[in-house]
Amino acid sequence: MQDLFLHYGYDFTEYSKTSLQRRVQRLFTLDKFPSFAEFRYRLKNDPHYFRRFVEEITVNVTEMLRDPGFYKTLRAKILPVLATYPFIRIWHAGCSTGEEVYSMAILLREAGLLHKSLLYGTDINPQVIERARSGIFPVSQMQKYSSNYLQSGGHMDFSSYYTANYDLAKFDTALAEKMIFSTHNLASDFSFNEFQLILCRNVLIYFERGLQTKVLNLLDSSLENFGFLALGNKESLRFSLIADRYRQFDGKEKIWRKVNEIH
Amino acid sequence: MRSIELIVIGGSAGSLQVLLSLFPWIPAGFPVPLLLVLHRNSQFESALEDILASRTSLLVSEVEEKEVPQPGNVYLAPADYHVLIEHDGSFSLDNSEPVHFSRPSIDVSFKTAADFYGDRLVCMLLSGGNADGAEGLAYVKARGGITVVQDPVDAESPFMPRFALQITQPCHILTGARMGEFIRSLWPPRHA
Ligand SMILES: C[S@@+](CC[C@H](N)C(=O)[O-])C[C@H]1O[C@@H](n2cnc3c(N)ncnc32)[C@H](O)[C@@H]1O
Repeated sequence: MQDLFLHYGYDFTEYSKTSLQRRVQRLFTLDKFPSFAEFRYRLKNDPHYFRRFVEEITVNVTEMLRDPGFYKTLRAKILPVLATYPFIRIWHAGCSTGEEVYSMAILLREAGLLHKSLLYGTDINPQVIERARSGIFPVSQMQKYSSNYLQSGGHMDFSSYYTANYDLAKFDTALAEKMIFSTHNLASDFSFNEFQLILCRNVLIYFERGLQTKVLNLLDSSLENFGFLALGNKESLRFSLIADRYRQFDGKEKIWRKVNEIH
Repeated sequence: MRSIELIVIGGSAGSLQVLLSLFPWIPAGFPVPLLLVLHRNSQFESALEDILASRTSLLVSEVEEKEVPQPGNVYLAPADYHVLIEHDGSFSLDNSEPVHFSRPSIDVSFKTAADFYGDRLVCMLLSGGNADGAEGLAYVKARGGITVVQDPVDAESPFMPRFALQITQPCHILTGARMGEFIRSLWPPRHA
């Protein structure tokens, strides 16, 4: 199938194969194709269907304040450092539907830093980027998010950040004022700015080691010296070439600081 | 003669006691890596690793993504991630949708392990209260792997083993107390 992906300018060759296969298999079953040949034919000849394909094979599962301990560390240890900068630029690489970006905006607002921050949210999947722009999330999730929020050290009433309308929660548009959402492919696109904090959480697990290295290099080249790089709970810099330029900032959470020491 | 290269054990409610009782049977230096896929509450995460480690001289750790299973190691699926076996035999983690309301899902690990290991695989399904693992077990068996189900009569939560027995005839049905001995008998390999 890889030839097909390349035909559309997507390169999934270095994605974790079993994981990718499960996604493809799932879509094949979901859309009830009578044969794999027909599935292939449709993909090749129907760009709209290919778009659906990209949307469905990427794993977009996310939540607000996912891993509250991580956000607690951000509040307590990272934001005070960022506060010393005149202007704060943050990149959420692989932000999915944007819950992570809204979580960050809430933290920044509570630290009195949102007015001087800019949050970039990017993802390969155009559909999730559209949803992120809307700032609308399912109301059914709010109880969980509110509990995450309290565990992350929040003291406000979490429901003050959104207006509920039937089953949807629309987040305060003031939070979104400092957000920029765009599609960006970590496997093939270039660095587009320099940041003091980059979050790339639960994205690298879907890549093979070679692509992980490539993406980490891209993140590294987009991070200022003394900037912070945050990965998912089960991801690590340990096996990467850039590791010796980084120090794990907080023993428990997956946050590294770029120190650029000369050996 | 075939040699087993991975043992996957899936369990849910009521499986911890069985696991604890089987570890003392596995001798130091036992060369076949074990992968444990347990439905659990993320809160008990670190405790579980410690409890298991205290029962065995094997090295117990949580799965790290892209790690290749090593002899003498026991790997624990992390809470909230599926563990898949990749085309090169390494583990990969994936937090796509839960399967049978479960993440990690036993089915996902059983199936992807069967694709890689074929008949060099043993999969065991213990006590539990949902439908996870049954389909995976049937899949493993169809690819020549050895399948074991805990005797439902003996299981604290019989639903999961019973459900599996409805859709597949496993190679062995064992009580929890016999499982340790069974694992020990897998090495050294004998004539089948
Ligand atoms: C599991 S989500 C993680 C969302 C969020 N960071 C979190 O931790 O909750 C992974 C995201 O990575 C995106 N992704 C996958 N491949 C990518 C690529 N090559 N470039 C950019 N984003 C990618 C997917 O579309 C998906 O939205």
